[in-house]
Amino acid sequence: MLARLRQFGRAGLEILSTLGRAGLIWWQAIFRRPQFRHWPLYVRQLYQLGVLSVLIVVLSGFSIGAVLALQGYNQLVRYGSESALGLGVALVLVQEIGPVVAALLFTGRAGSAVTAEIGLMKATEQLSSMEMIGVDPLQRIVAPRLWAGFISMPILAAMFSVVGIWGASLVGVDWLGVYEGAFWSTMQEGVDLRTDVLKGVVKSVIFGLVVTWIAVYQGYDALPTSEGISAATTRTVVYGSVSVLVLDFFLTLVMFQL
Amino acid sequence: MQMRTIEIVVGAFMLAGLLSLAILAVQVSGFSPTTEESTYQIHAKFENIGGLVPRAKVTVAGVIVGEVAQISLDPVTFSAVVSMDINAHVSELPTDTTAAILTEGLLGGKYIGLSIGAEDQLLVDGDEIYDTQSAIVLEELIGQFLLNQF
Repeated sequence: MLARLRQFGRAGLEILSTLGRAGLIWWQAIFRRPQFRHWPLYVRQLYQLGVLSVLIVVLSGFSIGAVLALQGYNQLVRYGSESALGLGVALVLVQEIGPVVAALLFTGRAGSAVTAEIGLMKATEQLSSMEMIGVDPLQRIVAPRLWAGFISMPILAAMFSVVGIWGASLVGVDWLGVYEGAFWSTMQEGVDLRTDVLKGVVKSVIFGLVVTWIAVYQGYDALPTSEGISAATTRTVVYGSVSVLVLDFFLTLVMFQL
Repeated sequence: MQMRTIEIVVGAFMLAGLLSLAILAVQVSGFSPTTEESTYQIHAKFENIGGLVPRAKVTVAGVIVGEVAQISLDPVTFSAVVSMDINAHVSELPTDTTAAILTEGLLGGKYIGLSIGAEDQLLVDGDEIYDTQSAIVLEELIGQFLLNQF
């Protein structure tokens, strides 16, 4: 009985210290003044995390937009209101699917790479050698990745939504024959810049922050062995995806009331 | 890869992101940076506004001339007071203009249709439209129909 209680206590303390370490890393990397002499590092990470994720995001966005148009058309045409297709697809993409799916793809494509890279740096003692020669790895390694994820995520989500809407118009207007004027005008009338589009952008900014934070922390905290790195990479993808989906629910709940 | 190339590619990436946001703003949400047109407000009392909401459109002959600014309840007569912002360039509405709450299609949203009267005097800011026609509530209509049947 007492032993079990002790186990719970230990698990609780473990969770607390994990959170604490993650918070400290984040604090030290973000809230210290970004160093502009490290500018090339930031650009390189933007390339690694952002630019290299463009292709997967664009392909997925197009497919999801096209599928939404097909499914939406099938349902809407029963009520003769297929002209609302543009509105439905745009709202769903801009508010929910764009930020969420782009964040999930980003977790799998970029988050796992960040964890593996930092974990390997730790295993090969590159991080401790940096500390040895007086270079702060939080400044050189962690901060550029955090900022790059933070900046890339809204860009990727916006691209996802735009390409998705384009895919939907391709399927809905050019193939299924929804009237083009109605497709765009219902969309423009129903989607509001300040509420709908901004909500999506805010969401994707928060997702970018959380996902890169998890990825960086898991890499930094990985056991310096091959199993440790593989476990850390798995945890990044699992924790990242789950927290994106759970956060999405709570963010939507909060924004729903605004 | 060369640092220079990476910089250019990242620049293109950022530009594409800004462009996407611009497309979302202009093409998808129909946001236009034109300044808000000046408006004047007129009021109308309705027995029942059905599902009318603020920001619903106000039309004359099907053309949008303004939007519903605010809906409140008159505490004395218990009728709904609807305030409408009418675009300033539609300034020549006669005082005997009538307002009706109409529905877009069978199940669409509610909007206000103004029918122009024949008076010489014009509505100005703060005036009230007296001749109004409430929303047709589908349930009441069905109720009447059923009562007439039996």
